[in-house]
Amino acid sequence: MSTDDQPMSTIDRLLSRSLRGQLAVTGGAIILALVVGAVLMILTSPIITGSLDPWLWAEAYLALVQGALLSSNGLIDTFVRATPYILAGLSVGLGFKAGLFNIGAQGQFLMGALGSVAAGIALADAPSIIAIPLALLAGVAAGAAYGFIPGWLKAFTGAHEVVVTIMLNYVAFQIVSWAVSEPLRARGATFARTTSVGEAGIPVLAGTTGHELHAGVLIALAAVPIVWWILYRSTIGFEIRTVGANPDAARYAGMRPRMIIVLTMTAAGLLAGLAGAVEILGVQDYLPASYATSVGFDAITVALLGRANPWGILFGGLLLGALRAGAPLMQIKAGVPVQMIDILQGVILFFLAADLIVRWVFRLRETRGGSVDELKTVTSSYGGSTATRG
Amino acid sequence: MTVPDTTQVPDRISAPALEMRGITKTYPGVVANDGIDLDVKPGEIHALLGENGAGKTTLMNILYGLAKPDAGQILLDGKAVEISGPSDAIERGISMVHQHFMLVPVLTVADNVLLGREVMRGRIFLDQAEARQRIRELGERFHFELDPDQKVGELSVGWQQRVEILKALYRDARILVLDEPTAVLTPQETVEIFGVLRRLAAEGHSIVFISHKLYEVLAIADRITVIRRGKVVGSRIPSQTSEDDLAELMVGREVQLTVDRGESHPGEVMLQVADLRIPNDRGRQVVESVSFEVRRGEVLGVAGVAGNGQDELVEAIVGLRQPTGGTIVLDGEDVTRDGPRALHEKDVSFVPADRHRFGLVLSFPIADNIILTDYYAEPYSRGIVRDEAAILARAEEAIAQFDVRTPSATVGAGTLSGGNQQKLIVAREFDRDLKLLVLDQPTRGLDVGSIEFIHKQVISKRDAGTAVLLISAELDEILELSDRIAVMYRGRIVDVVDGRTANKEAIGLLMATGGRSEAPAETGATAR
Amino acid sequence: MDVLFDIPVAGLFFQLVDYLIVVLTTNGAIILALAAPIALGSYCGLMNERSGVVNIGIEGMMIAAAFAGWFAASLVVQAFPEQPKADFAFGATPALLIGLLAAVVTGMAVSAIHAWLSITVRADQIISGTIINIVALGVTGYLIIIISSSAPPSAGKFTTFVPPQWLTDLPLVGWIFDMFLNQGPITMSVLLLAVVLQVLLFRSRWGLRTRAVGEHPRAAETVGVDVIRLRYRNVILGGIFAGLAGAWFTLDFGTNFQSGMTGGRGFIALAALIFGRWTPLGSFGAALLFAAAGSLSIAIRTVPPTGQLGEILTAIPDQFWSALPYLVTIIVLAGVVGRSVAPAAVGKPYERESAS
Repeated sequence: MSTDDQPMSTIDRLLSRSLRGQLAVTGGAIILALVVGAVLMILTSPIITGSLDPWLWAEAYLALVQGALLSSNGLIDTFVRATPYILAGLSVGLGFKAGLFNIGAQGQFLMGALGSVAAGIALADAPSIIAIPLALLAGVAAGAAYGFIPGWLKAFTGAHEVVVTIMLNYVAFQIVSWAVSEPLRARGATFARTTSVGEAGIPVLAGTTGHELHAGVLIALAAVPIVWWILYRSTIGFEIRTVGANPDAARYAGMRPRMIIVLTMTAAGLLAGLAGAVEILGVQDYLPASYATSVGFDAITVALLGRANPWGILFGGLLLGALRAGAPLMQIKAGVPVQMIDILQGVILFFLAADLIVRWVFRLRETRGGSVDELKTVTSSYGGSTATRG
Repeated sequence: MTVPDTTQVPDRISAPALEMRGITKTYPGVVANDGIDLDVKPGEIHALLGENGAGKTTLMNILYGLAKPDAGQILLDGKAVEISGPSDAIERGISMVHQHFMLVPVLTVADNVLLGREVMRGRIFLDQAEARQRIRELGERFHFELDPDQKVGELSVGWQQRVEILKALYRDARILVLDEPTAVLTPQETVEIFGVLRRLAAEGHSIVFISHKLYEVLAIADRITVIRRGKVVGSRIPSQTSEDDLAELMVGREVQLTVDRGESHPGEVMLQVADLRIPNDRGRQVVESVSFEVRRGEVLGVAGVAGNGQDELVEAIVGLRQPTGGTIVLDGEDVTRDGPRALHEKDVSFVPADRHRFGLVLSFPIADNIILTDYYAEPYSRGIVRDEAAILARAEEAIAQFDVRTPSATVGAGTLSGGNQQKLIVAREFDRDLKLLVLDQPTRGLDVGSIEFIHKQVISKRDAGTAVLLISAELDEILELSDRIAVMYRGRIVDVVDGRTANKEAIGLLMATGGRSEAPAETGATAR
Repeated sequence: MDVLFDIPVAGLFFQLVDYLIVVLTTNGAIILALAAPIALGSYCGLMNERSGVVNIGIEGMMIAAAFAGWFAASLVVQAFPEQPKADFAFGATPALLIGLLAAVVTGMAVSAIHAWLSITVRADQIISGTIINIVALGVTGYLIIIISSSAPPSAGKFTTFVPPQWLTDLPLVGWIFDMFLNQGPITMSVLLLAVVLQVLLFRSRWGLRTRAVGEHPRAAETVGVDVIRLRYRNVILGGIFAGLAGAWFTLDFGTNFQSGMTGGRGFIALAALIFGRWTPLGSFGAALLFAAAGSLSIAIRTVPPTGQLGEILTAIPDQFWSALPYLVTIIVLAGVVGRSVAPAAVGKPYERESAS
């Protein structure tokens, strides 16, 4: 385009050109998803409210906005809920950049939670200044180890990370279930859970009971520029992106795709484990036996919304955090179950994938940045890849 | 090879078998075909000559129903027709043998030939016994015996091509289109295929032969139509034209068909390869006990039909593949186990055959591609921090120096044309003092201008003292550039000859037979 | 026999083999039943992947079909509480049949979406599958909560066929008859479907064209095979198997719908497909293997092992047995992927017109 005399970063140039197009498609997808959600609400309104209510969706969305943004409690909730989404979203997004699909963020999250809770219980009476970092570290290490496994398997046996990580998610659930029922169990509790982490809990910065802004939010916000810098300004980031874009060329460039794959999956596990650790130490304070979380799918949504770019992921995480923060109020005021957010999320993803619907509806032009480029490498390695050689 | 006398082609049928009038086809940004007229008589072998990208394949895709023209008409036997797709084309007797074979490797010969026109037993099941029978009969009629049950992936390239031709004959093709059929054949196999084509023409089939190889076209065609940039620029009869005349038509200006490589002054031995054994991806030994050496300041050309182990040999030398035996010695140092980066740091450079696979990251900006092999060191990287400004500066310098046509250094490498992509790779690999330069099919798919440029660059590198290892399936390229020529056959080097006295036929024979005194009578069943 | 068992360390191995044989022969029927959704899921995967389309959304298709089947049957029972029953045909009632139909249609409809996203939109196929999983799980989770509040009646399930006593009492082979015949309709059809698909895939024109399209679609196109139409048809037909698998959950093996009840079987089905080298019979065998691993947790409780082996096995926490099928899947994938070659064109979107 224009030739400046001032050298502009190569990535900045790329972003500005197709960024507008991508933002338009993302925005369009979200709007269309809201429309679909509205239609679904109208259709199920007889069951929810007893009679057909064509305005149910307006009540619901209004409550959503109110619950998420229009009160200090709501805002705190938004950020608190966004925190694990941002971190787990970075996990999935980082994987994408290396041509890997980390559906295992869910399992890595659980292991991170488990690791941090185990360390936290052990250090429950120690001074915070020691307990908190060590507990976080334990969670991060557990998550990293759980990311290392599929990474190593992919690099050295060719087993595709999609099925392996999904299996590991189920295994993680069982591990947590066992750990909470046996060694870490809190005696005399009303439901199966571990004891509290005590002093290892992350301090609260502001807010009232039930709506506490914990310091973990800062960790998530800090992670975004760090991951961005690593990916786009560091040498190792260049290697990760090259392996994701063209593993054969990466080998010729002297990189070692196997090592990069293992490293990236481990780092992804680290991030998702950190998300788990932060959730336990900052919000939960203990780990229940059946920890119901949809963080895994949420992370995928966030990563795709953000097109695997850390800043995009920040936006995606905050959006999803807001939706989930406002959902309880939506359920109370309009009667629409909070599961509606799961549906909205899936539909947003659908429209992101079927972006030609979005383009057709909003009369947008075809731009060069489609979904995530590196996805080609993800899918082409499905049947076993010859690039994992060296 | 005698040039056929065109007066022997019967002219008695007034309507040509095939006529294409005023065919125009545009794709976004490029006019592929611009008002092209073409006519082919029955029993005629008509050559379509043009550079890569001139529009020959587009025209034939239109004929075959794979594309629809924006304007123009197609007439068969004088009647205008609309060809809706490949099955329609086949119904009308038009068959195409593609440059990149349209064969399914894991299926058998019978499966491949019959796909789309299967022999059935009832409505659902295949009659596999009858299918085998028909394949055998067809093969006998045209004198090539193919084993119907052999998996196509196990056949040699020459035999795979016969399967393609069999496909066409099975469909009663009256018009047979062959797209660059000799690209993968040895000179001997080319002669054999020409024999088959002449037999088919004598039986009344019309043949359209697409090529960019001047001497072949002169040898086989009854008439030649030259296409340049989407337009027909001339029509010739072989007896009334020459290679120079055709080349000038093809390119639009006088073309220096061969670079004068001058005298070489070879110095000490730079690369010494001894008893090298290399496996392919499936573990099979495709290079068996190869030994040769390359000296400073000389070009060693390795001739051989694609698939005789050249790719694996090259990958081993540049560190992308581990040999299972033997040694590679560079400038006195054993580098057998070295990886690509170690060799790069020892001043070895590589221009890969598959530039989209090993040579470039298409989605990355040109700048990142220029420093692809140097990204990790100063000045482009300090520790883990990248220096974007330094990268951009180097890229702009390289673009200017090697005349890469692009609006800026930050656009994706995928936006460049093939020739410019190759120049980009050359800019990266040639722009330093090298001990060893390895080139694999460096000018495949490029226009004549780019080919000239790269050949000149190779010679100048040689003259600067680099040892050059050139692998190419284009025998002309080997003859033009090489000071010494090695021939590779089935994973072995069968001979090394002096480039100045090399004889094309002799080398072709070596490429086809490996130097055995009798060429083995290969049937499809025993071919590798 | 006991002599073998008493050998210090190796004896444990013999005890294990003996125990596994006992488990297999007494639980053969349960194992086949548990294998049914996995096998059917892998047939769905086969239809997709042999044509060149990656489908990791089988899980979503199954759960959507399970819900639709259950819900449709429930609606019929609500409208017509008195249902005529065909005792000779697995106790089929109109409600159950309509439920079965609804499940199959749902499987095909969701497959049509995947087909559209993968073939026409040319979206990334793994993402398309993931989206289907997310949406299906989300929508069914949402709907079951809403519907549960009104306590809908269940339509029950198909009854299992009872093979004649003299057949199942046969020594040595009686348990095989019990295994294959003491089943509901869907489970019983699984082996038959495997055989039919195997024959069709390798001996019919459809099978040849499908395999060609999955390996080299451009080659198939140039001889006149309509690649796009073939892929659409196969993907949608594959949805029939996903629909049957879903119906198994709520109409054959169980009676009520629970959110997430497919429990990852859709993914294990993919592993079965890979392990079975993309053949119907191979996938069936692999499904049996995975189901056997999953049945161990039930077996340990119903037919407890004795002796030294028993002490070890019963000391292992329940959660390990629940995790076993997933662990086995990982091990199989790690050992087998490199050697089991997928259809060459799988996952690559296909463009019809060649550009030059």
